[in-house]
Amino acid sequence: MLYFILRRIVLLFPVVIGLTVIMFAIARLLPGDPVALAAGPNATQAEIEALAREFGLDQPIWTQYANYVAGLVQGDLGTSLLTRRPVAADIAAYLPATLELVFAAMFIAVIVGIPLGLVTAVWRNRWPDYLSQILAIGAISMPRFFLGLLLQLCFAMWLMWLPLGGRFPIILIPPPTVTGFLTIDSLLAGDMNAFATALRHLAMPAIAMSLSPLATIMRMMRASTIEVMSQDYVTTARALGLPKAKIILKYVARNAVSATLTVTGLYFGWLLGGTVLVETVFDWPGLGLYATKAIISQDMLPVIGVALVIGLLFVLANLAIDLLYGVINPKVRYS
Amino acid sequence: MAGALLSIRDLHLTMKSFDGEAHVLNGIDLEVRRGEIWGLVGESGCGKSLTGLSISRLVPSPPARYARGEILFEGSDILTLPMRDVEALRGKRIGMIFQDPTTNLNPVYRVGEQLVDVALAAASHDPSVLDCAANAGRRERRRAARRLAAEMLGRVGIPDAKTRLDNYPHEFSGGMRQRVLIAMALIGRPDLLIADEPKTALDVSVQAQILKLLKGTVADHDIGVILITHNLGVVAQTCTHVAVMYAGNVVESGPVARVIEDPAHPYTRALMAAIPTKESRRGSLNGLGGRVPNLIAPPPGCRFSPRCPLAQPDCTRAVPPSVAVGRDHWTACLRAKEIEGVAHV
Repeated sequence: MLYFILRRIVLLFPVVIGLTVIMFAIARLLPGDPVALAAGPNATQAEIEALAREFGLDQPIWTQYANYVAGLVQGDLGTSLLTRRPVAADIAAYLPATLELVFAAMFIAVIVGIPLGLVTAVWRNRWPDYLSQILAIGAISMPRFFLGLLLQLCFAMWLMWLPLGGRFPIILIPPPTVTGFLTIDSLLAGDMNAFATALRHLAMPAIAMSLSPLATIMRMMRASTIEVMSQDYVTTARALGLPKAKIILKYVARNAVSATLTVTGLYFGWLLGGTVLVETVFDWPGLGLYATKAIISQDMLPVIGVALVIGLLFVLANLAIDLLYGVINPKVRYS
Repeated sequence: MAGALLSIRDLHLTMKSFDGEAHVLNGIDLEVRRGEIWGLVGESGCGKSLTGLSISRLVPSPPARYARGEILFEGSDILTLPMRDVEALRGKRIGMIFQDPTTNLNPVYRVGEQLVDVALAAASHDPSVLDCAANAGRRERRRAARRLAAEMLGRVGIPDAKTRLDNYPHEFSGGMRQRVLIAMALIGRPDLLIADEPKTALDVSVQAQILKLLKGTVADHDIGVILITHNLGVVAQTCTHVAVMYAGNVVESGPVARVIEDPAHPYTRALMAAIPTKESRRGSLNGLGGRVPNLIAPPPGCRFSPRCPLAQPDCTRAVPPSVAVGRDHWTACLRAKEIEGVAHV
């Protein structure tokens, strides 16, 4: 088990090296001068050169790369040309917002998708199944940002139940930072008002993000439930008189759920890297917005930093999923 | 008939398929009393497994449809009982064992848990299954069910039963898993046990142990057993009675010794002749010519007639009625009387 985890973590190193090399190469190939962009339209040639020297951008690219890797080993992701702050500090500031959003979206997707999949499998080819199939296709095919706009129109503009965007009103005092997740921090501080506020801001972007994984998980769960229901051990359980509810909720569900785990892990990574549009629509101060601004101004170090962090989280999420397999099915426990 | 535990009368079952309705069971008659072990034999696809599943109403319907007939279990017709009542019979009055021990146990739960679930389900219909007060609390009932589970595992010959309860199915060998399945089928103390090829996936010595175990169970508990198999050797060794099925009909039935020593139906004779003996020549196997008939458009009259060496024009007119050829020995053949006494066809 420990060996399994260690091996997976060791395998991260080639990923990190590959990622940094590719990103550096892309940065070099891109047209335009990031230093000039950062220095502003009125900067003189001397000022631009001074700035390039300050950030070490006047040196050959392999020297830059060597410096970057040397910093990386110490946890230093370089300095952003744009914000003039260490990239690591920027990411630490923006990451919790994105993570909170992604976790909330995946939570909704799993909590709703798995029971719905089970229900549609048990009542397959009847109206709950048909209805959910239609909705699922709609949810998968609708772009997330468009769905976000629709939600805003409905719940913020017409019904005025939820705030239009943002993460927490500036005029209110946020709870002391512990995890960086506003919902959890406000709960830890025992501040129920702050919790409600954070939740109300989180609701719409999280729902907008959750629908397509929700629909996918539901369809996966439906398919695997149908498959499991035709297994011999289910027939045996029926033949030996177990109540139907127990067969479905205990004997079928646990076997069927493992098939949806992989897709859950993949979606987690996919959402992490794809928050930009939703963050833009809802003005959510997350990693996606930060990375987009960096890309536009060709500020490469933040882009590499964000890519590394997302890659790392993706691998960790899939490692967690692999370990979960063992929890659900003792037969695949790692030894 | 009074005294019969299970009595299947003229059971007809059709299955909807893309090509039309298949007449899968075409008038099954079978009667099982306590203490009897019936072997249900026949080629693959002759309907023996479907007959077994029908007794517990486990055949999905649709596509299946019971066109005619009844399945009387202690006098009440399982086919017309409300589903709730049928579910109350399962596990408690009628136990089932299926053929493949590797796929019939749930891989993600410990075997003790699965045994306990069956025991608790049975106890919900008959509290006397568990050795505790009828109004006992949840925890106490679970504890009693666990005790019973350990006892059952021990009784089917699993050493160290109490600790084995906490093992997962994949930690057992095939033979041991089969024993677990038998324990699961017996834990509700059923009156009728249906065992569908409970040994095909096992090697011969384990097979023999399992069959011995089944035999011992009948003697100990005075229950009726239906053993579904295609192995006549197993029938000869284990069963008291045998029903030979062909394409949805019981073509011959009776006490095992009578049927095997003096088969009255040409199909039974062909089956017996197909078993290689020490004396048979190397390389020559007495297979039966022809194929199992198409059940969507079955041959008229006797379904065996196209393959039967003794067929005559009368045979294709109507399904031959069962006639007695000896004490409790029945055959559905028009020429039964002529065959009697003839050594071989």
